[in-house]
Amino acid sequence: MSVLTVRDLNVIYSTQGGDVPAVRGVNLDVARGEVLGLAGESGCGKSTVAHAILRLLPAGARVEGEVLLDGEDVLAMKPGRLRAVRWTGAAIVFQGAMHALNPVRRVGDQIAEAMIIHRQASERDAFHRAQLLVEQVGLPARRARDYPHELSGGQRQRIMIAMALACNPNLIIADEPTTALDVMVQAQVLSLLSGLQQEFGLAMIFITHDLSVLVEACDRIAVMYAGRIVEEGPSEMLFGSPAHPYTKALAAAFPQIGDERFRRAPSGLPGDPPDPAAVPAGCPFHPRCPEAIDACAREDPALLKLTVDSRRRAACIRVDRLGAPEMVP
Amino acid sequence: MTTPVIDPRVPVLDARGLHVSFAGRTGVFAGLFGREEASARAVDGVDLQVRRGEVLAIAGESGCGKTTLARTLMGLERPREGSILFEDKPMPRDLRAYRRKVQMIFQDPTGALNPRQTIYESVAEGLRIHKVPGNEEERVAAALSQAGLRPPERFFLLYPHEISGGQRQRVVIAGALVLNPEVIIADEPVSMLDASVRGEILKLLLGLRDELGLTIVVVTHDLGMAWMIADRVAVMYLGRIVELGPAEDVLTKPRHPYTKALLDVVPEAGGLDRPVLTGEPPDPTRIPAGCRFHPRCPEVASGRAEAAGILGRCTGEDPVLRVLAADHTAACHLAE
Repeated sequence: MSVLTVRDLNVIYSTQGGDVPAVRGVNLDVARGEVLGLAGESGCGKSTVAHAILRLLPAGARVEGEVLLDGEDVLAMKPGRLRAVRWTGAAIVFQGAMHALNPVRRVGDQIAEAMIIHRQASERDAFHRAQLLVEQVGLPARRARDYPHELSGGQRQRIMIAMALACNPNLIIADEPTTALDVMVQAQVLSLLSGLQQEFGLAMIFITHDLSVLVEACDRIAVMYAGRIVEEGPSEMLFGSPAHPYTKALAAAFPQIGDERFRRAPSGLPGDPPDPAAVPAGCPFHPRCPEAIDACAREDPALLKLTVDSRRRAACIRVDRLGAPEMVP
Repeated sequence: MTTPVIDPRVPVLDARGLHVSFAGRTGVFAGLFGREEASARAVDGVDLQVRRGEVLAIAGESGCGKTTLARTLMGLERPREGSILFEDKPMPRDLRAYRRKVQMIFQDPTGALNPRQTIYESVAEGLRIHKVPGNEEERVAAALSQAGLRPPERFFLLYPHEISGGQRQRVVIAGALVLNPEVIIADEPVSMLDASVRGEILKLLLGLRDELGLTIVVVTHDLGMAWMIADRVAVMYLGRIVELGPAEDVLTKPRHPYTKALLDVVPEAGGLDRPVLTGEPPDPTRIPAGCRFHPRCPEVASGRAEAAGILGRCTGEDPVLRVLAADHTAACHLAE
């Protein structure tokens, strides 16, 4: 059974300028022990999806659809049940570890707090367990007595990971966990995350704009654009032979060093990611798409299986696919 | 794109024996409330010739001194020791004339633009500061369209918040181009931009080099980006250039263990089981003796340096850049 199932998720932010649809009909499944990558640029809705899963969105957001965590609908939970599920059912590692920790409390106490509140440990044991977790994320146990400012960015991100593990969740959502970190530290945090994921058989959702990081860390990747998933599939195929023109462009932004095709040949897309308040009609990607045809401005493509491989799906009328309403040569 | 012909004998910028340091906490208060700290040697002995018409990438981890080096080349930091020659003449004390020739582009285009100034005002500001004669409007329009904002008139009266991040970086580039500079120093010019937009900005920079013969120094932590645009790559570690050479050689046939380690952490399909240097980024207030990389060096840790009989040199002798192949230098006892 899936640890997480998301069905027809829509998130609409109410603003002064009217309703802004940030997520438009997203479906996701994450199996036990699986790592799903969620890729996309700023404003594509990837973080909104992550926050919607644990109902962490601001009050102005309207959430529709179904979010099943171990078969239980998160969107229908009563507040008490929801509090219990956060941390124990699923935990988030937020982006920007600098701001997510309380600066005036020892990091060990902050890890212990989650365990005490969720009755995973008594007050006496909690700090000791926190020290064990600190060791598990590769820091000396004495670091549990440090304050956040005594730790470097990479060390703080490790503490955030320890905190996410504190209540033994089945699912960890990592929202840009390495974005603010330096290249070498990023590699360290990535291998830590994937080691822990394998050790505990955790399900994980890994969110970042950096497709190359995802390919390395994930089993499967879903690429989002303008609030939708536009391509989904096993990560190496998705990166190695992308089907959707947008995925192709993202992949090209992270070249393989040594590959002559990229040498002195940077490539990008014209224009910018669309404003969620003004998503273009037809295929939302068509104004920037190098492969667009006339029909793209009219038809909004659904996410459908590829004929070449049923594990892959793409939302593009140019892509050869199974059961397409009309085939374009 | 063809390989441009660049004459190595014609440096535009010539940095010699550059040392830049920042004072640590000293004095009465540090003495009372904490320990006094050593100064940070951000740039610690750099010789670098930037050739006319080349794209030179300066790469390294954060804290390696790459941004300080760029700022010093710009005249924004005063070197403690060493000198910078621009077109064979020492950098003048009055930087106004120098800045017309050497312009800098910063990482964050949003921070670089005044939110209360229109695009036109932002681009024209340089012309006014430098009292450039001629038709201001024509020059601003030309710079905007060189930066890919066409038709330029459409952008004149917009404010930074009304355009996208990629367009803002183009405005910043236009602000540099309007003075007809010879060198552009770009500090992480695309790292704050969306992935799909980055390529277009890099393409623009490469195009400017090809069309206007600009010299471009780009500071980056992203070796993939260096592969896409740079002619030469300089890799910095703890204030020193440890490897320098043609991008093809440095990025595909690295000679310094640090360059190899940096290349190993570039994510790519196929696995996480690659070697990763342990430890946090090094501290420029405490530069190790001998080769500054030796405490983290995989060659030392694995015993290969000892097997080669050079361990004593690694821990005791500071290596200098030596020519190892055509135009390719590295500072490593083992690579010699």
